[in-house]
Amino acid sequence: MMEKKRKAVALYSGGLDSTLAIKLIQNQGIDVLAVHFYTGFCITETKRRRGEKKPDGSHYMNPALKYAAKYGFPIEIVDISDEYFDIITNPKYGYGKNVNPCIDCRAFMYKKAKEIMDEVGADFIISGEVLNQRPMSQHLQAMKIIEREAGVEGLVVKPLSAKLLPPTIPELKGWIDREKLEGIKGRSRKRQLQLAKEFGIDEFEQPAGGCCYLTDENFARKYKEVISVENRISRDDLYLLTIGRHFRLPSGTKVIITRNEGEGNFVRGLKNRYWFFEPVGKGAVAIAKTIDGTEPSEEDIKQIADLIARYSKTEDGKINVKYHSPEGKEGIVLGERLEEAILESWRI
Amino acid sequence: MSVNLDEIKPDIVHDATGTYCPVPITELAKVMKTAKTGQIVELLADDEGAIQDVPAWCEATGNEFLGYKDEDGVLVFYVRKTQE
Repeated sequence: MMEKKRKAVALYSGGLDSTLAIKLIQNQGIDVLAVHFYTGFCITETKRRRGEKKPDGSHYMNPALKYAAKYGFPIEIVDISDEYFDIITNPKYGYGKNVNPCIDCRAFMYKKAKEIMDEVGADFIISGEVLNQRPMSQHLQAMKIIEREAGVEGLVVKPLSAKLLPPTIPELKGWIDREKLEGIKGRSRKRQLQLAKEFGIDEFEQPAGGCCYLTDENFARKYKEVISVENRISRDDLYLLTIGRHFRLPSGTKVIITRNEGEGNFVRGLKNRYWFFEPVGKGAVAIAKTIDGTEPSEEDIKQIADLIARYSKTEDGKINVKYHSPEGKEGIVLGERLEEAILESWRI
Repeated sequence: MSVNLDEIKPDIVHDATGTYCPVPITELAKVMKTAKTGQIVELLADDEGAIQDVPAWCEATGNEFLGYKDEDGVLVFYVRKTQE
């Protein structure tokens, strides 16, 4: 009797490690379905929204989609952004470096992968994780917690570090040969690059890990600032963290000033929801939001106009700034270039 | 064989305008799940990058990309479901 053809679902970022993990398993005659989760914190998405393109004129592409097509994996891209938001704002195990809630995030992704595994009749899960590569989530203890939380104990194969880890069910049952997996540990990429060459993988995302804002230092700083000043964060606030220069006025009012035309267009689209400021003539535009959602004070408005004057290129440093509230209140105020020291003290 | 896109009669039409990568693709994937093999899905998007993404998705999932047209900035993609 023919042994049943085994199937695996792979957590797939499009990075080199997860690509290699898939290759190592495919090479053992296993069918692999790559699964990529859209969390709502995608850098490519922001670049596209701003209309940014690569120097060669092509569009930035989601690495998972790009490399699944290039290296021939079937892929499923799943939107988990709604549930993911709750995990980000309320992680049971706290945050790692920056604001990536590693343990909760991994556990949630495994749980979702398990659902897909059951749905498509697959037998196990593959992950490109490497032992001790990232300090918080990828040491043994954390791995155990993650798998227990997700209900996938023994079902997650990490082909790149498998030889250093306890045998999983697919190895114990002989579906895959442990000897043909790897024993990679730590930050050196040497073995991975060697494997890439062997498998004919000549192009991959640099640096690894690529598309997630939550591991980005600048994003993390702005995120933590909102939590510490406002004690809470909304979904809109989170998305705003991905654009513009951010300032906190002495009153607590938050101001976001655009850096380029793409951001300007995006922010104009938010005019019905935030107080909106634009110079009479060319230059950066801004939106503002008070802590309690009330109207900005006159002092706030003047300070915002001064901020805008700082980023407009008039010779005398003065420019008229129009404002517009979501309720339709309008006015004009003279902005006078803000002193650098004050600007820096407001900058987040 | 080239397909005359204007003559295609889609079985399902889905509007993903206003969303950006990878959302048009997650939407397409969802709709394709509800389609039967052989049916044609029309996807509307205004993320220009979808011109790269939709064919890549079709290649990776084994579905057939029939083409796209640009109707005043709205991109209209046609995909035939060939995989279960």
